[in-house]
Amino acid sequence: MKINLKINGQSRQFLIEPNEYLLDVLRRNDYLSVRRGCDNTSCGVCTVLIDNKPVPSCSVLAARCENKEITTVEGIETEVEKLAKYFGELGADQCGYCNPSMALTVYSLKLENRNANIEEVKEYLVGNLCRCTGYVAQHEAIMKYLGDES
Amino acid sequence: MEVKELIRAKDALEAYTLLNEFKGSKVMAGGAWMKLSVKSVDKLILLDDLNLDYIKEENEFLEIGAMTSLRTIEMHPAIKSMNSGILAKAIKSIMGVQVRNIATIGGSVMGRFAFSDLLGALLVLDCRLYFHDLQEITVFDFLQMPKVPSDILLNIKIKKTAGKGYFHKVSKTHLDFSLLNIAITKNELFRIAIGSRPQTATLAINTANFLNSQSEINEETIKKAVEIACDEIKVSTNLRASKEYREVLLKTYLTRGLEEVIK
Repeated sequence: MKINLKINGQSRQFLIEPNEYLLDVLRRNDYLSVRRGCDNTSCGVCTVLIDNKPVPSCSVLAARCENKEITTVEGIETEVEKLAKYFGELGADQCGYCNPSMALTVYSLKLENRNANIEEVKEYLVGNLCRCTGYVAQHEAIMKYLGDES
Repeated sequence: MEVKELIRAKDALEAYTLLNEFKGSKVMAGGAWMKLSVKSVDKLILLDDLNLDYIKEENEFLEIGAMTSLRTIEMHPAIKSMNSGILAKAIKSIMGVQVRNIATIGGSVMGRFAFSDLLGALLVLDCRLYFHDLQEITVFDFLQMPKVPSDILLNIKIKKTAGKGYFHKVSKTHLDFSLLNIAITKNELFRIAIGSRPQTATLAINTANFLNSQSEINEETIKKAVEIACDEIKVSTNLRASKEYREVLLKTYLTRGLEEVIK
């Protein structure tokens, strides 16, 4: 079957199987910043935005995304540069595997609640696991990013 | 998950007919749990075109479409304020924002999951479920049915109330299933539900009847109510926690919850 998606502002059409998940379709078509982790919604590394809401692409059937707007980390480049600056300054980054998904979730939080406090940040990011950092520096970097009005 | 055919139902009648006419057909709500629990489906029925993604406020009720995401419900101002926001609190305790953006209230109800944090809150809020064929049924009666009906859940109605509420989930980490969860509402009457026992959530009817018969609720009556609850509510052992540990959790959090709602 065919589906039409808008990915990072570009209209794309893909041939898919009815049981294919969005993660598989995206990776098969070279959107490799969308990572595969647990494949069961626990880790959050497969996060993409559908109509600006973060979802686990490993568990969304691609067929249900007809005409939806999909955003991967490449679609929010300017925001990612800002966030990366704070991640770098605060040493919030190690292996980087979870970074694209985390950036998308943080961007979505910014759209939803720019004035989020640290507890709200922690709560919003509970579905994004990072096995390297221990989160403290990440949360600090995210608070700085949310406060950055440039 | 293997899917032979994917069908977007045009209306509830079509979904209902497909579900009942073809053995091996299944309805998909959010789909997250189905991915983990179902290996193969002949006909996978999607309800995405049924316009069941909504929250409608009426005078006395809130009506929630079955395909409304848990995240939408959690963020709704009326839900946040009703009975100390216990429904929002219960939903917030489920996985992360990403999962709650795809999981639906209909899927959570129809799954009748033993670990559910949502069912207890729905039980104490005295919700009614509206099906295509079965029509109206309370959440309590739905949970007592021996089998999940082969029907299409359309919406859930919650009576608007201004009383107090308490919800608490005990789990090893935020993302883990509950070892036990407790939901209490105090409107004109008390309602108490215990879930993840590890069996599916149920109402503590005798406990609530005892509290509702008291002219005053104090330390002594709470102590007695907790004793009744421990007799009435069966808890048992599974891989996550022992019966003995669950009994301690029940006593502790029921006491705290009752103290909270009578403040």
